[in-house]
Amino acid sequence: MRIVCPFCGERELGEFTYLGDAKPVRPEAGASEDEVFDYVYLRDNVAGETSEYWYHGGGCRTWLKVTRNTLTHEISSVEPAAGAGAAKVGA
Amino acid sequence: MKYSIFSLARAALSGHKNWQRTWRDATPKDRYDVVIIGGGGHGLATAWFLASEYGIKNVAVLEKGWIGSGNAGRNTTIIRSNYGLPGNTGFYELSMKLWERMEQDLNYNAMVSQRGVINLYHSDAQRDAYARRGNTMRINGIDAELLDLAAVRKMIPFLNFDNARFPVQGGLLQRRGGTARHDAVVWGYAHAASALGVDIIQNCEVTGFVRDANGKVTGVETSRGKIGAGKVGMAVAGSSSRVAAMAGLRLPIESHVLQAFVSEAIKPLIPGVITFGAGHFYVSQSDKGGLVFGGDIDGYNSYAQRGNMPVMEDVCEGGMALMPMIGRVRLLRQWGGIMDMSMDGSPIIDKTPVDGLYINAGWCYGGFKATPGSGFVFAHLLARDVLHEEAARFRLDRFRTGAMIDEKGQGAQPNLH
Repeated sequence: MRIVCPFCGERELGEFTYLGDAKPVRPEAGASEDEVFDYVYLRDNVAGETSEYWYHGGGCRTWLKVTRNTLTHEISSVEPAAGAGAAKVGA
Repeated sequence: MKYSIFSLARAALSGHKNWQRTWRDATPKDRYDVVIIGGGGHGLATAWFLASEYGIKNVAVLEKGWIGSGNAGRNTTIIRSNYGLPGNTGFYELSMKLWERMEQDLNYNAMVSQRGVINLYHSDAQRDAYARRGNTMRINGIDAELLDLAAVRKMIPFLNFDNARFPVQGGLLQRRGGTARHDAVVWGYAHAASALGVDIIQNCEVTGFVRDANGKVTGVETSRGKIGAGKVGMAVAGSSSRVAAMAGLRLPIESHVLQAFVSEAIKPLIPGVITFGAGHFYVSQSDKGGLVFGGDIDGYNSYAQRGNMPVMEDVCEGGMALMPMIGRVRLLRQWGGIMDMSMDGSPIIDKTPVDGLYINAGWCYGGFKATPGSGFVFAHLLARDVLHEEAARFRLDRFRTGAMIDEKGQGAQPNLH
């Protein structure tokens, strides 16, 4: 599996770090316990095409949104997603 | 048929031409008291314990491929009970005790070999953590020995003790740990369960659940037709989310790929199971002579049953750091299996919010050693509708209540467990 970084070109997998599914959105402060529980613990765990966040730590150090098929590892698109990791983990 | 030295001698005298099938390849009936989805080790063990311990013999095990074709046939065959947290410690020891009597129980040679598992430590902090885990094991009646450097040198002298970055300082040894022949475990449970009347149905993929007006699960739709069930238990490892989704459930699980490796066969070298504490590398030697080893999961969601190069490199680097002489051994095979990684790294055995549907999942990459224990407590749950006391903490709702069992302390990031 190689990822074509929009800034650096095609790079080997070892340069990237995986965060996970890009779909869940961190709930607003004051969200209900159910919403927070859902965000932190429950996953669609898609078998097929899904979008996810990867960090190009071995290159441009940019967050990327990668659309990838979990059944085949085929990657269909890679887009910049600046700040995605911080927004997701609340850093 | 019953296996013994006499059956072996009889078969040998007739040129091994008259062995009978060890289990029945059944065709589905219309209805069973319990239907188990998943013909891996856990599903077959559950069926056997239901029939042998709980007297429920009208049971079917449905397998979409052939039995043992998933993780039961893809693991590195290690058995151990060296867990530190309440909930895990007792459960894995229950499982270890069942390993110790499995071959007698099943009348099947599963090649259970208690050749010892040693976890090496490479720093003072790691020694303290291992001492604590060893103490936890000992006060729970489990064998554990903290070895110093001299004792490890005596036991496995071929390690690279003087690695400048990760010098070996000692290890935590569980002598009762070891390995078992993974395929034989599957066949053994199939053999014994089938003999008690359990139907093992292969090439039978579950495509949906049959529900009554109240939403209760009353059966399954399969590629071989509809099958009615009093209760349905799922033990499908990496496919847990997909099967649960058919019942409208979302799980605290992600599916990840874990690779395993085997080298060409060499003369006896590795006495037991050795794990490298400064990276993630574990190795044992099969009875055929191949070195069987593995390391981390790849780290991204996958259902592909194959991994990528960075983890292969990382695993091989771990091996080289620990025992540089294996660098001249050639890699024979490499493969991947799909792990049901839970949000705290510990398993889930519970009723689901859907009436009539029971779940056995979330074994991460440690399910093989749990096979007999998992089958036993899951059978208990299916038969009695209450969790077995040794599995009482493996609840599905612990992620909501906060009663997590996070052995590694990584939080809700499954690719790091």
